[in-house]
Amino acid sequence: MSKRMFASTQFQPKEFVFNRENKFEEERIIAKYPIGCQASALLPLLDLAQRQHGGWLPKIAIRYVAGLLDVSEVRAFEVASFYTMFNLSPRGKFLVQLCRTTPCWLRGSDELREACAGHLGIKFDETTSDGVFTLVEVECLGACVNAPMIQINDDYYEDLDPKRIVELLDSLKAGVSVNIGSQNPCRRFSESAAGLTTLTDT
Amino acid sequence: MLADKDRIFSNLYGKYDASLTESRARGDWDGTKDILSRGCEALIKEIKDSGLRGRGGAGFPTGLKWSFMPGRLDDRPSYLVVNADESEPGTCKDRDILRHEPHKLIEGCLIAGFAMGAVATYIYVRGEFYNETVALQCAVDEAYEAGLIGKNACGTGFDHDIYVHRGAGAYICGEETALIESLEGKKGQPRLKPPFPANTGVWGCPTTVNNVETIAVTPSIMRRGASWFSSFGRINNSGTKVFCISGHVENPCNVEESMSIPLKELINKHAGGVRRGWENLLAVIPGGSSVPLIPKAICDDVLMDFDSLSEVKSGLGTAAVIVMDKSTDIVAAITRLSQFYKHESCGQCTPCREGTGWIWRMMQRLVTGDAGMDEIDLLEQVTLQVEGHTICALGDAAAWPVQGLIRHFRSELERRILDRAKAA
Repeated sequence: MSKRMFASTQFQPKEFVFNRENKFEEERIIAKYPIGCQASALLPLLDLAQRQHGGWLPKIAIRYVAGLLDVSEVRAFEVASFYTMFNLSPRGKFLVQLCRTTPCWLRGSDELREACAGHLGIKFDETTSDGVFTLVEVECLGACVNAPMIQINDDYYEDLDPKRIVELLDSLKAGVSVNIGSQNPCRRFSESAAGLTTLTDT
Repeated sequence: MLADKDRIFSNLYGKYDASLTESRARGDWDGTKDILSRGCEALIKEIKDSGLRGRGGAGFPTGLKWSFMPGRLDDRPSYLVVNADESEPGTCKDRDILRHEPHKLIEGCLIAGFAMGAVATYIYVRGEFYNETVALQCAVDEAYEAGLIGKNACGTGFDHDIYVHRGAGAYICGEETALIESLEGKKGQPRLKPPFPANTGVWGCPTTVNNVETIAVTPSIMRRGASWFSSFGRINNSGTKVFCISGHVENPCNVEESMSIPLKELINKHAGGVRRGWENLLAVIPGGSSVPLIPKAICDDVLMDFDSLSEVKSGLGTAAVIVMDKSTDIVAAITRLSQFYKHESCGQCTPCREGTGWIWRMMQRLVTGDAGMDEIDLLEQVTLQVEGHTICALGDAAAWPVQGLIRHFRSELERRILDRAKAA
């Protein structure tokens, strides 16, 4: 289990409601589940609230979603604090999530860790003073044949080395578009970088 | 080596797009109506005859699992739940199916759902796979539009809805009852069994939870026949399998191969071999982080299937092959896995919640040799206190890698302790 803390009172907003677009989305999500089982929409709606609120979940939003689904507040708080993708305190514009589980570690995630922290001038679990980057370490993200890799917001960046990760961070900050997925020009997705050994005639 | 014509996932590498048109050109949704017209019993029998065993790690016979469902004999609706919460370290095969072969999965949901009389399928995708979820949802929308799923699916008169549900970051939700809890909007804490999901699953209804790859291979089995599928691999280990080869190999990759392929052949043929040659191999974790490692001497001739790997006290798991060459600090590599399990324990059962922390802290000391010689046995004892004493298998999964390390690398642990004592 990991330590999960809610943001202190000074960061907690007083109000939260879904905007028009998300009210529509809310209905669409609830309709996926059988009648009377709307509590199943708890995770998706918390995710929706987090996206609307700049990538983190204030307490008032958790209460709001609990109210929408008619589940007890304590259950919604339990869920929000259980799942690691719910951020309980403010984060930077880019959430840089470095995988250091064994398959990434074997292929150099320690070097990526130093490169990220060194370049951004922060430690892990910290945010840069300009509010652009938050750096965290996460467990296996399921892209192990493209290790080492990081996830930034919704996107995976794979087959990285320290030089490439620094370039990526700079590009994102400057608003320059970057290719997601493998950063190795010799391969697509999970294929071998040395050329295909299967599916050669399809 | 498996011939390309016998590979199920012909778009594994995303060379072509995943659209319905392209997928149809690759053979998906071909004669689905005729397949369903064979009837539930025949479909379940086909899967039983094919010898297909679950591809999510446990290897339970799929046809048998389907036959546990009460289907139309029960008043309650039945559900198929697809486990796409791919999080086992080393494993990244379902991700390729979700983004490059979604129609194989969707067609498989319809066939499996029909065979067990389910009213709907829920595909639970790990939360971090955001782009994969978008790709899958896009394919589901296409299938609805083409009348392949939903009301009167494929013109068969059978109604079957398919919904995509994203998780929010918790390894434990890959455990089937934790996944069901999570799908109900709760913390992902596993349930006691019995009752088994086939009796009481999601929303109190009969439910079968199957892995993505398991479901995605079923349309091919139906089209090409059980005997075709079972012609690959050894008896009781049949079929083709997507292997994920990561770590210290020249060219890490995913590849679909025949079951029972020798590990050495798999690595040499598809991943360019171990870095600096086979003789530089130290050990392999052959089935994802939960299974015990095997040292080079075993890797030399072991076959990649359920039975061969269990004979050498390891397991096929998800067929995620993590290769470690002689430069690896093997104790640190396993310690990192102990940290993973400590982080991912759901906290419900005391032996796991406390034990994973104990194991990790002891392992950290063993990395530097900061321990007494008797603590190696003590550590093994702690793992045995965790193993088999928890509701789900996460406790076992935390114990096994450490047990494997002690079994095969005890001398390395002892050397570190002695070296440190000498230096002090």
